[in-house]
Amino acid sequence: MVKRPLTFMSGIKDALPIFFGYLSVSLAFGMIAADRGMPLWTAVLFSATCVSGTGQFVGLNLLAISAPFIELFCTLAIINARYLLMSVSLTQKMPAGMPLWQRLIVAYGNTDEIFALASTQTADLTFPYMAGMIFISVSGWLAGTILGEIAGGIIPQSLVTAMNIALYAMYIALIVPDAAKSKQIAVVVLTAVTLSCVLALITAGLGDGWRIIIAGTAAAALGAVLFPRDAEEGERS
Amino acid sequence: MTNTGYVLAGIAVMSGVTWAIRMIPLALIRRRFTNRFLLSFLYYLPYGVLAAMIFPAVFTACGSVPVSVLAAATAVLLSFFHAKLTFVAAVSVAVAWAVGLLIS
Repeated sequence: MVKRPLTFMSGIKDALPIFFGYLSVSLAFGMIAADRGMPLWTAVLFSATCVSGTGQFVGLNLLAISAPFIELFCTLAIINARYLLMSVSLTQKMPAGMPLWQRLIVAYGNTDEIFALASTQTADLTFPYMAGMIFISVSGWLAGTILGEIAGGIIPQSLVTAMNIALYAMYIALIVPDAAKSKQIAVVVLTAVTLSCVLALITAGLGDGWRIIIAGTAAAALGAVLFPRDAEEGERS
Repeated sequence: MTNTGYVLAGIAVMSGVTWAIRMIPLALIRRRFTNRFLLSFLYYLPYGVLAAMIFPAVFTACGSVPVSVLAAATAVLLSFFHAKLTFVAAVSVAVAWAVGLLIS
């Protein structure tokens, strides 16, 4: 990939698929929130502050049954535990001198999708680039929430269903070129795919969050053992 | 969902814990790791995590398995030839929509 400056605008451009992917997921969220009798402004507030798909869907159900706060806390912590791992990974691509307030904003936007884009960048990340990605992604997340709440019925269900493929297509586009180029990455990817599918088959009770953590870390650890990298290779070519 | 106070407090708890999880490593870890295993692990981690997020969920992403598999295969093929992210996502959605309408 050609190196280019990571600006606010390039962040917006790169994260455009996230905008559309989020639109479809948050549309569904908005429709369900309306169905549960959640007023528009609280649904938007939830989307704007949480920015976590799975977390918000489960959260809706918990709020609907007036679950105790400790249950809200623990459930969201378990569902979103994988972000701990992703944030640790991101720290290594941040400029060392990045001020705390910028780190707090980057943390707010460290969703699966933004992490996916950010962590597969070859160059060190910049704050404007992250801010651009977060801006366009959260815009899509909020737009979908609002649309789903007020106009969920107007959008053809066939299109909403089809749009669910958008985020997966983006993930695929992120890893396939690298896996085609590097045997090591291909091995890690195939290991994770196999583990994840096997885990999904044999452990029905295991949540998606844990399955992703277990399969992802096991595959990465295997890669680190089989194909350790030299420190100088840190910068990807 | 009638008790606005409870809903607002609940949102604060859930959004707060989500942000805290994302924030703690970013706020605390400011140095570059030097351990070879750790560096290699972190290099491979995005690929492992992404692959586990795609599979097996992608097989049922669009409800019907054949539609989802066709759309995902489109994405794999296009990205193998280095098509742009947005293009891959848009074409996959179009394929999913068209095939979904055809077979329903």
